[in-house]
Formats: sequence, C-alpha cells, structure tokens
Amino acid sequence: MTEMTNTFTLDGKEIPFREGETIMAAATAAGVYIPHLCHRPGFKPHGSCKLCTVNIDGRPSAACTHLAAAGMRVESETEALNADRRALTQMLFVEGNHICPSCEKSGNCQLQAVAYHLGMSTPHFTHFYPARDVDASHPDVLLDRNRCILCELCVRASRDVDGKNVFGIGGRGIRSRLIVNAASGRLADTGLAVTDRAVAVCPTGALLRKRDGFSVPIGERRYDRHTISDVTTETEEERPRHD
Amino acid sequence: MTSARPKIATCSLAGCFGCHMSLLDIDEKLFELVERVEFDRSPLTDIKRCGPCDIGIVEGGVCNAENVHVLKEFRKNCRILVATGACAITGGIPSWRNNVDLWDCFQEVYHYGLGLEGGQIPNDPELPLPFDKVHPINEVVRVDYFLPGCPPPAEAIWKFLSDLIAGREPKLDQAMLRYD
Amino acid sequence: MPDMSSPENSCDLPGIVARWGGDAANLVQILREVQEACGTIPPEAVDPLARLLNVPRVRIESTASFYAFFHTGPGCAYTLLFSDNIIDHMAGKAGLKQYVCEKLWVEPGKRSEDGLVYVGDTADIGLADQAPALLVNGHAVPSLDKTRLDLIAELIRARKPLAEWPPMLFEIPDQIRKAGPLTGEAFAPGAALRRTLARGAEATLAELETSNLRGRGGAGFKTAIKWASCRNAASGARYVVCNADEGEPGTFKDRVLLNSHADLVFEGMTVCARVIGARRGFLYLRGEYKNLFEKLQTVLARRRETGLLGESILGEAGFDFDIEIHLGAGAYICGEESALIESLEGKPGKPRNRPPFPDRRGYRDQPTVLNNVETFACAAKIAEQGGAWFAAIGTPQSTGSKLMSVSGDCRRPGVYEYPFGVTARQVLIDCGAENAYAVQVSGPSGMCISFREFDRRLCFEDLASAGAFMVFSRQRDMFEVARNFTHFFAHESCGFCTPCRVGTSLLRNIMDKLAAGKGSVYDMNEMQRIMHILRGMAHCGLGHTAANPVVQTMEKFPDAYEKRLKKLDFEPAFDLDGALATARLITGRDDAWAHLADD
Repeated sequence: MTEMTNTFTLDGKEIPFREGETIMAAATAAGVYIPHLCHRPGFKPHGSCKLCTVNIDGRPSAACTHLAAAGMRVESETEALNADRRALTQMLFVEGNHICPSCEKSGNCQLQAVAYHLGMSTPHFTHFYPARDVDASHPDVLLDRNRCILCELCVRASRDVDGKNVFGIGGRGIRSRLIVNAASGRLADTGLAVTDRAVAVCPTGALLRKRDGFSVPIGERRYDRHTISDVTTETEEERPRHD
Repeated sequence: MTSARPKIATCSLAGCFGCHMSLLDIDEKLFELVERVEFDRSPLTDIKRCGPCDIGIVEGGVCNAENVHVLKEFRKNCRILVATGACAITGGIPSWRNNVDLWDCFQEVYHYGLGLEGGQIPNDPELPLPFDKVHPINEVVRVDYFLPGCPPPAEAIWKFLSDLIAGREPKLDQAMLRYD
Repeated sequence: MPDMSSPENSCDLPGIVARWGGDAANLVQILREVQEACGTIPPEAVDPLARLLNVPRVRIESTASFYAFFHTGPGCAYTLLFSDNIIDHMAGKAGLKQYVCEKLWVEPGKRSEDGLVYVGDTADIGLADQAPALLVNGHAVPSLDKTRLDLIAELIRARKPLAEWPPMLFEIPDQIRKAGPLTGEAFAPGAALRRTLARGAEATLAELETSNLRGRGGAGFKTAIKWASCRNAASGARYVVCNADEGEPGTFKDRVLLNSHADLVFEGMTVCARVIGARRGFLYLRGEYKNLFEKLQTVLARRRETGLLGESILGEAGFDFDIEIHLGAGAYICGEESALIESLEGKPGKPRNRPPFPDRRGYRDQPTVLNNVETFACAAKIAEQGGAWFAAIGTPQSTGSKLMSVSGDCRRPGVYEYPFGVTARQVLIDCGAENAYAVQVSGPSGMCISFREFDRRLCFEDLASAGAFMVFSRQRDMFEVARNFTHFFAHESCGFCTPCRVGTSLLRNIMDKLAAGKGSVYDMNEMQRIMHILRGMAHCGLGHTAANPVVQTMEKFPDAYEKRLKKLDFEPAFDLDGALATARLITGRDDAWAHLADD
C-alpha cells in the first residue's frame, strides 16, 4: 500500500493518513484521542464546538475539519491547549442548565466526560441560567433543551442518516436553540422514532430515550468504566442497551 | 499552615447537608482528622460564629440574603475557601427553580396550593428573603478551590483536606472527579 | 401600507415563490417579500412555503429566525429602528429615541397595543456621517433631530402611508468631501468592458496583476490571485458576487459608491465575469440599503438596454452575463464571504469551514469570485486605464486609492478618497477634527489608535482598513465606545461556534457590570481570558476580533477602566440587593434584613 505512506506528527508521534483525511480521523485511526464534542466518526465534520482545536505548525485550527498534510507538525496535548479547551467546556456548562446530579445521562454524558478528562472542577464563568423549554410530548423520547450544546449531531443524523430532517437550529448567537420539524413545535408531531440515530447520537442528556433512565448503576456506567480518551469506545454508547 | 493545629469551619447554605454526610463517611479517618485539625463554626460543633480559620468548607449555593451573610463571614475569616459539592459550584438542584418566576412560586405555595385557603405570604423579618435565582458561591465571593460531586466522595474530601492541611496544592485524580 | 387585518389574504405565496423560480436557494428573498406583503412572516405561511419549495419546515424556520429584520410575530404598521452605533449615541440617539417614544405613547422594544408602531434598535445602518439615523419600515432616515421626529410622529399618528411621506425625509446626500480616481473622475459605462474585450481575458488578468489590487473589504487578499484561481478551476458554472453587505459600524463608503458610481461597480463585476467565464452575478446588498434597491435595478436595466449586460455583451458572441440583486435582512456576519454565500443560498449566514475557499467552492459549491464593492470599482478602473496607472497610486504594498468613511467628532464627516499611505493626522486635519483623542480605524473589528499614533499610515503595511474612520474627541469616554462595540458583537455573533456564541455575551455582561460601577480587577482578568479564547479558537473573523475594542482600549486608555473599578479585588457577579427586589415586593418587606448592602 502506497496510500498510507504520508504522515504528519501529532505531539511528536508519527501519524499515517490517507489523502483527504482530517487530522481527527487520522488521529482516531491511530488510537490517539483529541477532545471533541460535535464530531462523531461517520458524520460530516462540523467544526463548531472548537474543543478539538490543535496547533498546526503553530497556528490554531479545528482538527475535525482540517485536512492532514504530509509533514505538518500538530500539537494537541499541551498544557495551554487543554487549559483553553477547559475554558470552552466551562462556557458550554454556564451557557445551558447542566445539573448533573439530576440528569439521567450522568455517567454516560460526553460533555461531563470531556470535562473530567480536562480536569474541570468548576464551570467558572458566570452562569446564564437561560430559560429553555423541555418537550416531553413524544411517547418515547424526551427533549430537554437545558442540556443542549448545539453540536448539531441530531440535526446531521436526522438529515443524513435517518432521512427525516426532524431537527434544526433556530435563532442566532446566544439565543440559538434546537427546533423541531412540526408546526406545533412539539417533538410528538415530528416523524421522530426512538430508534432514530438522531436520538442515540446526542452526546448529552438533551435527547433521551424515555423509561431508560438510571438503568445502569453508578460505577458501571460508560464513563465510570472508561475515560473518554479511550477512543475505541467512541461509538459504543449508541448501541441500545435494551431490546 | 500555622504551627498550631489548622482550624476548619464548615457550613451548608442552599444545600442538603449531603456533603457534610460525605465528610462523615471518611469513617475511621475522622479520628485522624480531629487530631490534626480543630473545628470552628460547623454543624458538627454547633459554634454559631466563625472566627479566624485556615480552611472554610462551604456546601450549598446562595439562594437567599442569609446565605450571603454566612458566606461573607466565611470569606472574611477563612484563609482558604473551598466550594464543596454541586450546589456550591453550579447552584445544583436548588437552581432548578431559576426559571420559575418567584411570584408564581409564592402564589402556588401560599395561595393556590392544594388544601390552602386564605393563605398569607409570610413577611416576618426573621425569615431569609429569597433571591430571584440560586447562584453558585463563586458568583458572590472569591473562591480558592472547588471540590465537585453530589456529594464529593468521602475519599475525595479526605484527599483534598489532607493536601490542604499538609500545605500542598490539592489535587484530585480523574477517578475522584465527579459531578454527580 | 399593507393590510394588517388579514395577513394571509395579502400574501400570494405561490406567486412570490414562482417569481423566485421555486428555488429554496432564494429563501431569504422569498421571506423578505412575504414579510413585505404581510407585515410579518405568518407562522401559518411556513408549511405552505415548505411544500412549495420542497424543503422541511425547519429549514424555513432556521432562516426566518436568524435574520434580525425577519419576524414571525404580529406585524406593525410602522417599525422605527434606531441605528445603535456609538456615533449615533454621541449624536444624541438615546434622548431622541425617548423623545419619539413619548410622542407616540409607546414603550421602546414593545409593539404598541393597537399594532400601530414599534420603536427599537438596530446595528449601525451605514449613516454614521449623518447620525443619528433610523430605519422606518426598512427605509433610512438620516440626520434626526426633534423637528424631524415631530414630523415622523405626526405622519405615524395620521397613519399616512410611507409612500406619501415627504421625500426630503429620505434624502441621503453622498457627502464626498475629497474625491479621487473612483469618486472624482467621469466614467463612461462600457469603457472598461470595451478595453477588456479588445485586450482579452488573459491580458486583463495580467493588468490586474500589474495593478497589485488588494481586496478592499479589509483582509487585503490579492484580487488577481482570486480571479485567476477561479478562472483556472475545473468546474463549469462560475459566479461573480459583489459583497455590498457593508455592515462594519462606521462604514458607509459603499453606500456612496452604489448611489453615485454603480456603473463602475457593475462594470467591474462584468469584467470579472469575462475573465473567469461566469454567466451569473449577484450583488448582495445589505437590507439597510434598501433605499438603493430600485435605483440599482434601474442602472441594471439601462445596462441591459445598452448591451452591457445580458446576452452577447457589446456584440461579443458567447459573452453572456447578468446580475441579480439580493437584499440582506439584518446580519453583520453576512459580510464574511462564506456566510454571505450561505445567505445567498437561502440559509442562515453562518461561515463555512474553510478551506475550500469560494474561488474553488462558493455559490452552489461552484467556483466563485467574491469581492467588495470598492474592489470591483477599482477593477473597472484598472480594466479601463491599465494596471501600471493604478500601481502608480498609493504605496508599493497598497496600490490605488482608498475610500474612508469619516464620522464622529469632526466638522466635515463624509467620504474621503486618498491614495493609500495617508496618515491618520492628515485625515483628521482634512475633516476638521482638531480635538481628536482617538480614532477607531476600520470599525469595531479594526484598530483603536490613540492621539500618540496619529502619524501612522492607512495602508496594508501599517493600519489596514476597510474604510471606517470614527473620530473621538477628548470629552468622549473610550470605555463606553468599547462597551457599545461589545454589545454589537454579542448581537451579531451567529452562534455557530462555542467561543464566540458564549464569549461575546460573557464579555458584554462584564462590560455592563463595569458600567454599573460593580467591576473589579477580577473582571478585568476575566476579560483578558475570554479575549484569549476568542482570538485562538473562534470560527471566523467576527470572533477573532470581537474582543479587540476591549483589549485595545484597556491598553491605550487604562484610566477609562480604572475609574470604574471598585477598590476591591472581587465583586459579586450580580447585584445582590437588586436580586432581592422581587421578594421584597412579594412580601411587602423593607426591613434591614430585606436588604444587602455593598461592601
């Protein structure tokens, strides 16, 4: 194989890549973790959470959208970058209403797990405590916008995988919000099914299967057992635990 | 730390005393702790006013005027202030009320709630007046350290305190860092 | 005025959609026309629109809720939006707004109960030289004073249709104070095109190369490289897009170019079409410049009649090109090239991931040249007079002339055309700003210079500028200038990326805290921290530069901040006593324990 002879260095380690592959994809394939939230293997790169920002030959750029090139020098696990990523995570926490102790997703939540990975002990910034809607209309799925981080994974999954376009982003700036494809504005009136990829792909507790909460005891949840930096577990949480 | 035994004060603001319970969960290490430190104001001692201390442990968020008085007393007297638990750090469960209008809340509780008739909204000056929203303590005073968890695991509290008492920078490994 | 009583009746949705080719890419234009017809975008119109355009309704809702000028609530017969730039404030905006609200018995930010009027704010509308200014139902009214507002209030109370308002209210003089090659020389439409056809596309590109023309939008990318890249791209359809979304507060030179020199701009676009082989072009005109729309359409029609647009331009077989005008709808971010293209495609204006850049994948993912209004005007002049002529003007790295939009504390605000390299001091002398203390060069995203730096030169080698030049005299409070700009960025952040969506609002809130006299050293450090995140991690230029006004004024005018800080290292994030006000009201308490004093 000649196509994998190209390499770049990531924190000094040689990473092989294929033409057209992003830094993130190449790093993941090589078993190297770069923190991220809006990225998921198999989905169109989005580049919005900015957690995967790395220094490429000294310039910051998002690893999930930046194409790998031969010989580039990429820095990721530096004290400075992780401090900045921690600050971004803190921004996500204060922007919404993330109250882990009462969230069913706790222990399986990527936002929480990334924050653990980055050693975040406090959201630090002044909380916005925004007023956001909870939509419990759907028989099998709960939509809690308090926990939405606007990663658009559900938007992409519903559009590109489920072929339904159930979700979208409305508004702009700090008032951006997840909207659903129904005149009533209710999830029940969309074509969403509990088996849709859009539901499983949510990294936080914004979209939850109903009657599934707290079914795994503390100590055995995903991020009780693995740290998020264990890249091989990336897509595991999307596998339904029942049925 | 001073050569004498370090003084520790603790309190619970808008919290459930769960963090205090977790502190008690260090079990036999409690004996070691009382040998190594002296407790000032704390639910454990029933001392009502905080004197000069080395370490202040604050559980709970800030939901009313009285919380502010207590918190400021701690900040003034404690060299090191530690926000302990989810409520002190994010507002926690009590902050679920942050998007319920205070008017609606009072009306529901004192006027329209099931079984209420001719209810009156209490206005006794002894009752702490509630804020519009519940806030984490670092939005009211400067905080030196944050010890998350709901509650923080007993081992985490012990590790944190041992580090502080020994004059080390407190550090939790990832396994002890949790928000629930 | 449209009939407010039955919005759905006046809305010919199928007609509007058909006019725009049934193409969802024209959604911004379709929604604009729906709103013009109905006074609002009626919620019940969303499903029919989605059906007619064959797109999910979330797509319609995303776009309708992104743009500031679109609204889905009940409409108003008259909407007054005051321009909210610091220059408007310096010219008395706040007092005048209050004045007209009192005249109309309406609360700012609230629709009057009878649905007659709404008075609110909007980002700078491109009239800083004639501030304060407002938009009434999207039409600009400059140079507000009490007399003009008395008249406006009277017209509104009499429910006089806008078409019957005195035209003098809407007259906007160019105020060209210093003319140059673009603004001062006569231009015969077709002159540049004839030279281009005679010379050939390749040779025209060579002239552009020789001219060393750089983009006038601020970034200064070499125009010839953009055009050549697009020309050499493999794909079939190519597009020419003119960025007339002049949204940077304090900038208005494109307004003047389009008002009086539109032929130069359109001719530049047509020259570009010839060079790259495009058949379609767009002028993306900011919604605030709606008053230019008809006039520009007339210019386009005349150019079609005289063979300067359309099929076989100037008789050259196969040279087919035409230009459409798309109006924006209140979004500064659409000045960013890839956000503009998203908007042209009917989507919220959120910047794309780049690369690929528009020269390879632009409008409909096809190779697209996107240039500023002034850049196209320059290109026309170069095509007409040659690259060497142009390169002789200005400095080696910054050839040609630059239009400056001068406003603020000066006696002669307006447009000044200088060869690149002029000093800030010279501009200040020419515009009559004897007491200048600071200048905001190139708008909030640009550079704030203090009186110590007035010998710096306006050119890419020193102070790159998209053209804004806002002058502040000694009596101005530079903290308030920066605070106004942080509000602007928080309002205009598109919300796509975390650092900008959250960071700009955090920054605005801290500046407001300082303004309330509740700031501390801790808050100053917080702002530095947020600035660092914005610069390093934001998705686009808006986020990268959003903290500049704060950082630069902190550095150059520390007194403006220090006098606002309490002599404490930390102050609560919120007003403790104020946060008890609701509970005091509910309980009727006012005892000592019902209050929290400051430290």
